[in-house]
Amino acid sequence: MRIKKGIALIDQHDKNFMYGGKFGGNFVPETLKKPIEDLTNLFEKLRKDKKFIKERNYYFENYVGAPTPFIKLENLSDHLKGAQIYAKVVSEANGGAHKIYNATVHCLIARKAGKKYIIGDTGAGYAGKMLSMAAKKFGLKCKIFMGAKDISRQKPNVDAIKKNGAIIVPVKTGSQTLVDAVSECMRYWVSNCDTTHMCVGSTVGPNIFIKICAWSTAQISRELIHQVKDEFGKLPKKMRLINCVGGGSSAMGFWNEFMDTDAEFIGVEAGGPKKSKLHAAPLTNSSKIGILHGAAQYVVQDKEGQIGLTESISAGLDYPGISPLHCYLKDARRARYTSASDEEALKAFKLVSRLENISPSLEPSHAFAEAIRLAPKLNFSDIIIVNSCGDSIKDKDIIKNKLGSYIR
Amino acid sequence: MKSKINLVFDQCKKEKRAALITYTVAGDNNKSNSLKILTAISRYADILELGFPHNTPVADGGQIQESSHRAIQNGIKLRDVFQIAKKFKKIKPDKPIILMGYFNLIFQMGENKFLKFCKESGVDGLIVVDLPWPENKEFAKKCKKKSINFIQLLSPTTSKHRMKKIIKDSHDMIYYISMLSTTGGKLKVSPKKILKSYNKIKKINPKKNLVIGFGITNKTIKSLKSVNGLVVGSLLCKTITNSLKMRQNPVTKLVKIVYNLKKKIL
Repeated sequence: MRIKKGIALIDQHDKNFMYGGKFGGNFVPETLKKPIEDLTNLFEKLRKDKKFIKERNYYFENYVGAPTPFIKLENLSDHLKGAQIYAKVVSEANGGAHKIYNATVHCLIARKAGKKYIIGDTGAGYAGKMLSMAAKKFGLKCKIFMGAKDISRQKPNVDAIKKNGAIIVPVKTGSQTLVDAVSECMRYWVSNCDTTHMCVGSTVGPNIFIKICAWSTAQISRELIHQVKDEFGKLPKKMRLINCVGGGSSAMGFWNEFMDTDAEFIGVEAGGPKKSKLHAAPLTNSSKIGILHGAAQYVVQDKEGQIGLTESISAGLDYPGISPLHCYLKDARRARYTSASDEEALKAFKLVSRLENISPSLEPSHAFAEAIRLAPKLNFSDIIIVNSCGDSIKDKDIIKNKLGSYIR
Repeated sequence: MKSKINLVFDQCKKEKRAALITYTVAGDNNKSNSLKILTAISRYADILELGFPHNTPVADGGQIQESSHRAIQNGIKLRDVFQIAKKFKKIKPDKPIILMGYFNLIFQMGENKFLKFCKESGVDGLIVVDLPWPENKEFAKKCKKKSINFIQLLSPTTSKHRMKKIIKDSHDMIYYISMLSTTGGKLKVSPKKILKSYNKIKKINPKKNLVIGFGITNKTIKSLKSVNGLVVGSLLCKTITNSLKMRQNPVTKLVKIVYNLKKKIL
């Protein structure tokens, strides 16, 4: 399996929408075939439409706030004494996380499709918060599906969603987390696809949703590649881009423009509590390929094919599947994947927020954990860039509970 | 040789009535009751759909989710599903049984192995909810080779062009989803409108047996009785749930319900 050069990763699928012949596809009920086909046609038209691109760029600049900062973490680098560590502070985007890119694009598409209603799933609540924000801005009525467990552990985002005038639908089936929220959202779409646009919150689901999401978050690396060139004069030889992966949307956006360069990609999955066996880390732990939410992917499951329960301190990474794009990158050996435990993520949060003027949420804290493990083994000429893709404010209750206090 | 599914439809046409097709989840509320339910309701049902439960069913509403959950909690595995089918077929060899579920379970077992087990246990047909056309083309061909009916689904969103192609690749029975809904939704389209769509599909190929499902209950079944077949599922799952809550015997409760459904379409 090989990544083709010069072709956008999202377009490297075959006629069945499979990447590397194994991942992705459209395993959906018949009812969704037509809405998916319509959306696919509309998106293919829009992404070639200069006016639409201009519109997108306008909102990315003036609403999302592009570019987000690219900063050197001097204190952390000095402390670890090895590689130079940088951060792309995507959490500075409007709303506090990368989810705003996908949400904005979906709302623009929904308007073009003439849909007045938009629905979306959320785990950490950022996807839901951003979708409700963008929906409000673009005059769409919004419903957010969220697992009951996540509703209680991500209260600040839940409050924000409500404040934006969206309806939160608590999902009480299964593990009551992201996986169930996505299922319930898809069910709602099956029943209302004639009037309602669906936004899948990450690079998962039927092919078109993977494409739209990765196409949207690619803004991160479009900015970053310029910022890196400005900082170093050219792309550094030894550069590692570290990103947490749950569904995988921020990592896809963080890596996209660097696909054909020598940059090394490292994805960090949720290892869960140290003693737990319910890791949300299908790539690290070599899970088998299965079908979840309309796409073939490595997925945590039992021998029969029942989707496995996962456990993670980070609601955004607490998902048994992973984007087919990441499965493709793994098998093509373009990216490597590892995991960090809850404890390591918390420790990383503590260290980074103590030493630096940023406050990563528990999701990117997983990426920082890997950076902290790796940096001391490397040299000054090695560059590590971490995508600090979410702000910790949503996790203040969890952090207070685990660390005794929440200091940004 | 005609399939058992076809023979049933022939018989129903002779009797000038719709075939009654039931759906229950294998292992709901436990393995032995599940077999007892099939055996008992088969007095009135013409074709029996048996669900193999999945814990992430994206097209199912609350009732079937609950039944599936109960069955999985009870430890039901695919080999148990085949056992139930096999035991049932020993009692009623001529009554068609159709397995219904999601593709991941088939994928994990392996398509060939799955079909081998189907054949060994006398399964007559398969419905795979999330394996639409054209993704199902190859698997459907494999089914045909083993004389197992692969049942194609059509929905109100299926374009006429697509319908023609799907019908061309279909086997003895086609399943029309009455409305935009998960299973167990309230019938939100008028029976008249559903029958209009039904007739349109029938025109494409009148020989194909076309059944309607989703939203079929004791209240709506009569208004649609002029079609080739009607599927009732969520109502039966709900009946099991309710009878368990009331500490009643789900088997006798279900027989009563299915008897009444049948009476309404005679």
